[in-house]
Amino acid sequence: MAKGIRDKVAILGMGCSKFGERWDAGPDDLMVEAYVEAMADAGIEPSQLDAAWFSTHVDELGTGKGGTPLSIALRLPNIAVTRVENFCASGSEAFRGAVYAVAAGAADIAIAVGVEKLKDTGYGGLPVGAPGTLAPQIIPNGSAPGNFAQLASAYRAKHGVSREDLKRAIAHVSVKSHANGVKNPKAHLRKAVTEAQVLNAPMIAEPLGLFDCCGVSDGAAAAIVTTPEIAWAMGKKNLTMVKALQLSVSNGYESQYNGWDGSHFHTARIAAGKAYREAGIERPREQISMMEVHDCFSITELVTMEDLFISPEGQGWRDVLDGFYDADGGLPCQIDGGLKCFGHPIGASGLRMLYEMYLQLQGRAGERQLRDPVFGMTHNLGGAPASNVCSVAIIGQEGA
Amino acid sequence: MVGIAAWGAYAPRLRLSREAVTKANAWVAPNLRAKVKGERAMANWDEDALTMAVEAARDALGPGDDRTAVDALYFASTTAPFTDRLNAGIVAAALTLEKAVASADVTGSQRCGLTALGQALAAVQGGAAKRALVATGEHRRARAASSQELDNGDGAAAFVVTAEAGAAQFLGRGSITDDFVDHFRGADSEFDYAWEERWIRDEGIVKLVPPAIRQALEVAGLTSSDVTHFCFPSTFAGMAASLAKTVGIAPEAVRDNLALTLGEAGCAHGPLMLAHILEQARPGEVILVAQFGQGAEALVFRAGDDIASRRPARGVTGALSDRRVEDNYLKFLTFNGLIEWEKGMRAEKDNKTALTTLYRNQDMILGLVGGRCRETGVVQFPRTRISVAPNNPGVDTQEPYRFAERRASVLSYSADYLTFSMSPPNHYGMIVFEGGGRIMMDITDVEIGEVDSGLPVRMVFRVKDVDEKRGFVRYFWKAAPDRAAATAKSALAAE
Repeated sequence: MAKGIRDKVAILGMGCSKFGERWDAGPDDLMVEAYVEAMADAGIEPSQLDAAWFSTHVDELGTGKGGTPLSIALRLPNIAVTRVENFCASGSEAFRGAVYAVAAGAADIAIAVGVEKLKDTGYGGLPVGAPGTLAPQIIPNGSAPGNFAQLASAYRAKHGVSREDLKRAIAHVSVKSHANGVKNPKAHLRKAVTEAQVLNAPMIAEPLGLFDCCGVSDGAAAAIVTTPEIAWAMGKKNLTMVKALQLSVSNGYESQYNGWDGSHFHTARIAAGKAYREAGIERPREQISMMEVHDCFSITELVTMEDLFISPEGQGWRDVLDGFYDADGGLPCQIDGGLKCFGHPIGASGLRMLYEMYLQLQGRAGERQLRDPVFGMTHNLGGAPASNVCSVAIIGQEGA
Repeated sequence: MVGIAAWGAYAPRLRLSREAVTKANAWVAPNLRAKVKGERAMANWDEDALTMAVEAARDALGPGDDRTAVDALYFASTTAPFTDRLNAGIVAAALTLEKAVASADVTGSQRCGLTALGQALAAVQGGAAKRALVATGEHRRARAASSQELDNGDGAAAFVVTAEAGAAQFLGRGSITDDFVDHFRGADSEFDYAWEERWIRDEGIVKLVPPAIRQALEVAGLTSSDVTHFCFPSTFAGMAASLAKTVGIAPEAVRDNLALTLGEAGCAHGPLMLAHILEQARPGEVILVAQFGQGAEALVFRAGDDIASRRPARGVTGALSDRRVEDNYLKFLTFNGLIEWEKGMRAEKDNKTALTTLYRNQDMILGLVGGRCRETGVVQFPRTRISVAPNNPGVDTQEPYRFAERRASVLSYSADYLTFSMSPPNHYGMIVFEGGGRIMMDITDVEIGEVDSGLPVRMVFRVKDVDEKRGFVRYFWKAAPDRAAATAKSALAAE
């Protein structure tokens, strides 16, 4: 196996715009907002940037294709800009590109910026995509919630969980994230909700109600990375180090071969297993201090607790109901509100997850600061349960 | 002896309550109260003349998916989706018939279903075809608050015609052609324009149908008293009985025209009545079926010794019993494009079909043909150059593998209220097939709460999308609850 990325790259600075319905801001404004914060945090000049990675998913909404939207918005000094797209995991992909460039020695300092401007469609929910010429002739007329909702029926069937128990467990997932979002000034949704509100909300895609779905938001996030040596030379201390970066991509096994049972993410288990090995983590339930997972829908978060080997298979719903993933639980999850409440500007989300883990590791998470975190994990998914890309990243304290 | 080897039928599951229609329209058309009785078959939003004809043809062809013996195909309809694109070609692709099949669209009159059957019989008789398939379907549109709206019904029937007539031997045919315009629908018109009923009855049907009947009986070497079953569709009360009297057919030979249960399915209705009688006739009995339309068509058959054993899995009898009453007249209007309704921005997506992509993937899209690895036996959809088998991904090892007639069940599903649907919530899910393979697909003909993991389903050929901008209809397969299998499964579980 490859030696891996552990401890080769440090995060020099990060930034994140306010997420939400940013009627006032276009994609350029959002990118600048995240960039200015990240550059100030890193304490560097634009001339010190060697390369940039830029992630956005729905380019047709106005952000545009290619590397130019980022270069022009930030007036970058004609450096390389690579635009990446990997569904909702695009932000993690930009981070991976920047980190690998630094680890390879091709760049001393690299920046990753992710952005999405979703609220220019005229309707709620995600934009209706244009998936080529063949897929529209055969795939169902569906939506993201309808695809992810299917996890619930398969999970119930596999583990013998009643409709009511599962609905209550996924409701708790959302109640917890709303409680966390209240403490995050940059979050899209900052209002606590009750279990009853979640259970009685209008149905979106059975069994997911309105509060089982994450926010559809505008926003941008940025990360600046370098080698630990350069960071130390700049006088930085208590570095936040990259411990693992893994990506697993479906190859049709789930959607075309009768092996997958529909109740979990095949790719997440592969990416998580590799990430733990890369980071040297043997007992994730005890060693991981906190995590930001891809809670696009409440049921996604619930099954992810098992896919990341934190909860035993078939028991995730019990851990959720027991409060294990609450802010004061054994392994706080979505401490910043998650996709659910911080919001989900697609191309920025992977970087936003890392932003919260970074703030927590740096002890700068304000009102929601956790005590002495060592490892923070992000799980960033793109696609749908039957066909997806799954990124798992672990960052942690220097020396851990 | 040439004749019918097998038959099949289809009626959409939804049955529109005539009471619901007449009540809704009582304020504007109180005279329609006379038609309050019974129900009419109502196509789901994703059904049309062609999809129903395909279902009837599948019923006629039986559960096997080897259809290489079919060498001629006649598709009859006056409501075919395309004016210039061979509709029979779509039927052939859906049924995975051989490319060498001879095919034709037969259209232009309410009697064209029987005309198609007559042509198939003549082709086999003359040696031009050995195994001809006739598929007729009709999905008639009528204006809201019209009597046609209540009289019409949607449906389809199909026949397999061979030289070895196990079900019914063909005895004779009579045809009359006369440009008697009882009604018409211009090439650019949406709806029929009809003349006075009394004239149609007295100058049209009464004068033009008997010569066709007499001609058919004469060819058959029979007299009118030999007729055991007389099938004649008409929405005029007592019309068939009156004709029977005119030509000397016994009154008890007049058969139910399904007006109260299905409504009149246009050119498919004579064929539907024939199919219905084939399900009841005893060996040796004489069946005469006729239909009116710019003249008339009449066909005479004698029920064969094997008729009982040739009964299709569904037939008209099965179609009649698989029903769900629809009391929502607005839903009927919506499905038939008779009201402008707010579809929301999500419906604005462009449904332009890449014809190159469609043709390149024709057997996949229209025939639901996937692949099977010759080396591992692993079955998959779609067929790909590299096999999906996790441990043995052979390259170029796939042979075509048909999914349409395989038993299947739901692995996972959702009922989606967010996505645009003509009949929300849109149900879809991962469907897994016995023998291997899986497809994420739309689930149709379902009630809310009916679907769950494990539900047995069968494949049905349906409209996928309509490109209203360009007038193109896109077809694909969907899963529908296999209610017979579901009942058997729950009975087993109860034991």
